[in-house]
Amino acid sequence: MAADGTTRTERFPSGIASVGLGEVERQVPLDEPPPLPANALLAVIGKPVPRQNGRAKVTGATRFTVDIALPGMLHGRILRSPLPHAQLRAIDASAALGHPGVRAVIVVARPEDPAASVVRYIGAPVAAIAAVSMAAAREALRLIRVDYMPLPFVADMDAARAPSAPLVYDSASAPAGHPSGYPAAAGLPLNGNVRGPATGRRGDVAQGFAQGDVVIEGEYRTQVQTHCCMEPHAIVADWRADGLTVHMSTQFTAGVRHELAETFGLPLSRVRVIVDGMGGGFGSKSTLGNYGRIAVALSRQAQAPVRIMLDREEEQMDAGNRPGTWQRLRIGARRDGSLTAISLASYGTAGVAVGAGVGTVAEAMYACPNFEAAQHDVFINAGPGCAMRAPGNVPGAFGLEQAIDELAERLSLDPLVLRDRIDPSPVRREERRIGAERIGWQRRHAPGADPGPVKRGLGVAQSLWGANVQINSACEVRVMRDGSVEVLSSVQDIGTGIGTVLAQTVAEVFGLRPEEITIRIGDTEFPAGPPSYGSRTTASITPPARTAAWRVLQLLFREAALALNVAAGDLVARDGRILVRDEPNRGMSFRDAAARLRTDRISAVASRSDDYAGFRRRMEDAALARQDLGGVQFAEVAVDTETGIVRVERVVAVQDCGRPMNPLQIESQVQGGVLMGLSYALFEDRILDQHTGRMVNPNLEQYKLAGPRETPAIDVVVLENYQGQSATDAYGIAEPSNIATAPAIANAVYNAIGVRLRALPMTPAAILAALGKVPVRS
Amino acid sequence: MIDAASAIIGRAEGAESGGPAVSGPEPVPITLKVNGVTRTLQIEPRTTLAEALRGRLGLTGTKIACNRGACSACTVWLDGMTVCSCMILAIEVGARNVTTIEGLARGDALHPVQAAFIAHDAMQCGFCTPGMVMSSAALLERMPDPTAEDVKTAISGHICRCGTYPHVVAATLAAAKARKA
Repeated sequence: MAADGTTRTERFPSGIASVGLGEVERQVPLDEPPPLPANALLAVIGKPVPRQNGRAKVTGATRFTVDIALPGMLHGRILRSPLPHAQLRAIDASAALGHPGVRAVIVVARPEDPAASVVRYIGAPVAAIAAVSMAAAREALRLIRVDYMPLPFVADMDAARAPSAPLVYDSASAPAGHPSGYPAAAGLPLNGNVRGPATGRRGDVAQGFAQGDVVIEGEYRTQVQTHCCMEPHAIVADWRADGLTVHMSTQFTAGVRHELAETFGLPLSRVRVIVDGMGGGFGSKSTLGNYGRIAVALSRQAQAPVRIMLDREEEQMDAGNRPGTWQRLRIGARRDGSLTAISLASYGTAGVAVGAGVGTVAEAMYACPNFEAAQHDVFINAGPGCAMRAPGNVPGAFGLEQAIDELAERLSLDPLVLRDRIDPSPVRREERRIGAERIGWQRRHAPGADPGPVKRGLGVAQSLWGANVQINSACEVRVMRDGSVEVLSSVQDIGTGIGTVLAQTVAEVFGLRPEEITIRIGDTEFPAGPPSYGSRTTASITPPARTAAWRVLQLLFREAALALNVAAGDLVARDGRILVRDEPNRGMSFRDAAARLRTDRISAVASRSDDYAGFRRRMEDAALARQDLGGVQFAEVAVDTETGIVRVERVVAVQDCGRPMNPLQIESQVQGGVLMGLSYALFEDRILDQHTGRMVNPNLEQYKLAGPRETPAIDVVVLENYQGQSATDAYGIAEPSNIATAPAIANAVYNAIGVRLRALPMTPAAILAALGKVPVRS
Repeated sequence: MIDAASAIIGRAEGAESGGPAVSGPEPVPITLKVNGVTRTLQIEPRTTLAEALRGRLGLTGTKIACNRGACSACTVWLDGMTVCSCMILAIEVGARNVTTIEGLARGDALHPVQAAFIAHDAMQCGFCTPGMVMSSAALLERMPDPTAEDVKTAISGHICRCGTYPHVVAATLAAAKARKA
């Protein structure tokens, strides 16, 4: 036991299973469970357990927010700006108020309020209506008269950087950024439409470049990608005298509750947020959003429940997007490959929002003593960007990993050999080894070496993502006298299957089957769980779930020990029974033990403790684990040099998420990450008309997405990587799986055709232009 | 394209029988045969089949994601043929049998495709899943022994942003195998 008496010393499995496991000693809080053995020794954790809510999903029984219909529910609809930049001179909603179906009207953009009288993108909310039907709401919206004074606008990032460009904001109106943001940090200077730079620095870059034998330099450009959640953003707000209940398709019930309480001046105890089925978020459903605030305001005014459900065009224009970026990378290296300097400059645009940087990969992936970065946001008159699956690092890796590929060629080194020399991560080293074997890396030929018009190529790229943890994350476990078990938390299942993972976690403790555990989540009436973003859900909620279950089990052991006439410490739970450890034929069923409880129900609530070896950094409710999550992906492509069509034939994704909890669901998520990356690499592009500021493809057919026929064979390999950091030692997978795909494909395309594509998406036109077969399109 | 065509066929059938009188915009009574049950409802003629199912009939398993026939989330069967229910008006359905995701299982017994979707984790958020299941199940009705390419073609109109396509293909092939066994 430690000197302070609050912890005990335990030995945890440690290391990568395929390399060989060792042990690591940690101090564990006294009220937390003993170390969880490696997956091979467990009954249900680490096994491909089917999704606990799978039956509901395949039968259509799952209730999504868009399926909620409350008695007396009204339909809300938002009037949106038709202009990319305008001053509102007057707005008259009286005729709309007089429409027989209308129950509430609110004005969002107010001419009399200097802070709210300017609209800055097409689709910006101007006013909203709640009516008895959607048809009535649409009719009434047309009755609102708005007098707009058009202002000059700019819808292109490069044009917006010019000193003479129309200004999107002035220093008073520009968004402020946030204290923990990078590069959306607070307090950065605004110069025209350019905000920043957010800088990073270590060592002396000038000296570093002087020490290098070679310098490579490249510019990379990435497009705007939209989230395209299949379930639109949706909310049903029910404002009542005794409190507010909100059904919302959200990635963070507890966070939305906080926002609602703050926005509407309500105590947390009077705000309830609920989500059952949640049809995808990918970052875009992290907060309350303007539509959420509008729905609640309409409900308050109408004294009735109000549903707002964005249509697909609204989704594409005003539900967030992954910012477009431009970056220039300079990398200096010695002949042996060792890096001497990295210099990064970036400009990105999140439209009217901040946060368009290219992340941390250039700074953190490789050993390099000298580094500098200057990242900038550029405002344009377009819908606000927001977090999207591995924000920053996705465009960042597209640049960095092509630059490293280029450096390897310059040094006449195999890209894997170069990375073995400059990448300090033992995780990625093992991932490279496994992936190279799977894809058949030794087949890789010189760039453009295939003789025919269809040229094949192999490429590799790596990823890095912080292992995020939510500290403000709690879970309750209950056992009833009839032996039934419940797990309760406000954590939401956005499709990643966290409910199933919780069932596995708790079943493992009790020696039960996962299907015997009832999962009640997605409701802020339960202990506040973590968000489903930042790949932190599993890392944040499974340790408290195991801890809470373990504490309840100790209570149950106490009852069983009395009956069995042994010490509680001599009991174990497995196979549905509570047994004496050294005399496994002595025991009773779990159900019989529960029947001995003095009360109908016992329970324990546990919250996320710190990682046992501490965190690298802590930021309010969140923290960053000491270890990063590494990934390596390999792509095999076939490029038709006559049509310009790139076919990705195979992807091998080797990923790390600490302890894999459910390999079946992890495989699903990794396949999804790879496909989203492939779709980003080849197809997706939010196209803005520069002359009107309007998105010309605000739908799901002209906004191109990879479909079943573009889906390659995807091999998913997940490491078992133990660190002894928490009660489950599990971390996230969603974002890491989305980072390396586009650069792996780009490197494979280079290997196929011998010409490097430095801009996304790699369309047939872009390929043919790169090959000099058609003129370059501006 | 199949879906748009079926909507036109519906209209053509109406025209052959003399054509409906001008109706609407007020609600009109119609009869729909859904999952073997005949239902009578009052709807505005502009109501799509998807809206009628999800609204008046309370069958919310059918999803609307794009509302213009681009994503196939709203796929149901009309006389066994898959259609985008957002692309056909409810009044055009006529006497055809509508099968929705709620009508696929037989009581507690899941359709083999549904069972295989669970076993192969062919879903994540689950929003596109009902439509995807309807297309996969329809494929097995007309082609009991499909190849992976056949499955990809059958579901090629569906958009799944979670990227479940590989597991959907695996599940559908497994369901075909299970039905033969």
